[in-house]
Amino acid sequence: MTEANTAPPMIRMVEVDKYFGPLHVLKNITLEVPRGQVVVVLGPSGSGKSTLCRAINRLEPINSGVIEVDGKPLPAEGRELAGLRADVGMVFQSFNLFAHKTIVDNVMLAPIKVRKMAKSDARRTAMELLERVGIANQAEKYPAQLSGGQQQRAAIARALAMKPKVMLFDEPTSALDPEMINEVLDVMTTLAEEGMTMLVVTHEMGFARNAANRVVFMSDGDIVEDATPQEFFTAPKSARAKDFLSKILTH
Amino acid sequence: MFDFLDPQEYDLLGAFWVTVQLTVYSAIGSLIWGTILVGMRVSPVPMMRGFASAYITLVRNTPLTVIIVACSLVLKDTLGFTIAGETVEDQNFWLAILGFVAYTSTFVCESLRAGINTVPVGQAEAARALGLGFNQVLGIVVLPQAFRSVVAPLSSVLIALTKNTTVASAIGVAEAAWLMKEMTENESDAILLVFAIFALGFVVLTLPTGLLLGWVSRKVAVKR
Ligand SMILES: Nc1ncnc2c1ncn2[C@@H]1O[C@H](COP(=O)(O)OP(=O)(O)OP(=O)(O)O)[C@@H](O)[C@H]1O
Ligand SMILES: [Mg+2]
Repeated sequence: MTEANTAPPMIRMVEVDKYFGPLHVLKNITLEVPRGQVVVVLGPSGSGKSTLCRAINRLEPINSGVIEVDGKPLPAEGRELAGLRADVGMVFQSFNLFAHKTIVDNVMLAPIKVRKMAKSDARRTAMELLERVGIANQAEKYPAQLSGGQQQRAAIARALAMKPKVMLFDEPTSALDPEMINEVLDVMTTLAEEGMTMLVVTHEMGFARNAANRVVFMSDGDIVEDATPQEFFTAPKSARAKDFLSKILTH
Repeated sequence: MFDFLDPQEYDLLGAFWVTVQLTVYSAIGSLIWGTILVGMRVSPVPMMRGFASAYITLVRNTPLTVIIVACSLVLKDTLGFTIAGETVEDQNFWLAILGFVAYTSTFVCESLRAGINTVPVGQAEAARALGLGFNQVLGIVVLPQAFRSVVAPLSSVLIALTKNTTVASAIGVAEAAWLMKEMTENESDAILLVFAIFALGFVVLTLPTGLLLGWVSRKVAVKR
């Protein structure tokens, strides 16, 4: 096969290093996520999962290495970077819906301002997406009027409205009350089944087992294991992963 | 003893009307220039940040009287710069507004910056993650929320501006304080009354502003 007819991986990180001051947070990370794959990133607190996630759309600049999305290296700050971010959906732990705008306006905003979509088209798409995540009846409310689970589903709809090539999730259910976790995981599972490329940082082992094609285990800024969920949960190789799993799975 | 209230003698309403005009034009200008300044202040471009903070430090620490007099003496008389107006009186009116805008905008900018700090960083991050550029993030997501949280401090700035417009009398703009000075000189037997009238006039201007904006402030507050 030649380079030309090989589709590039959706995400490619090569020898990425990231420091916060003296703290080495990402240590020579190399990772590829092929198109359509769902990768769950696991690891103890402070292991660099969020930083990895945020580096991919350059919310966190890196010190060295290469990051490519769909074959294109991350541009530096500016118009091109904004263009790349438009293709990469991101869902945050704290939802981050725009507090001064209604739910439907949250979803319509970027398609109108970034994709220059007509208002009426943007609204139609937004309502379809809100329907899909089950909160169309909340469209005219403000974020503070919704439950956490509803807000996170709205945030997913907002990201999907840009028709992203890949979706990044940074602990999307960690800020939620237990009874709301499943409504968000269901939306994510459906998205995974529809073939969306996803990188998901989560502590939800059920989601990792059922929806992920692959588990990446991080510890102290290293990728320690990279395996199928089956392999990872039944036969972890490293001591650190065994330790992590024993702590997670006992409760 | 109230015969000096005769509008033929002293144009009290006219003088306060000039005060109102000075305030309104200066407020609009300060809001615009203050918003641009805060945009520079938080800009990723170091030169813009440097310019904005140098400007603010310089202008804020210069007495307002010096700024207003400089607008007239330096800009107009020495450099021949005027904004509008045929008569000297008119030209000074607009130059006074220029001075008030230059000065008040620094307070608007600092209020807005405090407002920006009340907006959680996640709001800007979400906007950036969606592909919005710096100006869009600021203009669509951050500033609208910042403005809503600083209506009360901005109303204090506006009230201070209303009172500061009295400095325009230093360059002969016939606003309220200018008339007051004239009246205190000519009506020295009713001097307390003259002071009382002008004090009351300013209360009438500032009190409703404060009340109205206090109400607006509660109305537009962003719920999180
Ligand atoms: N902005 C920052 N400035 C300085 N240090 C930071 C910053 N953000 C994160 N860190 C540090 O970098 C390390 C990795 O942080 P990161 O948030 O990526 O971990 P994480 O795996 O996502 O943890 P958690 O499970 O708690 O979310 C931690 O030690 C953290 O304290
Ligand atoms: Mg994290």
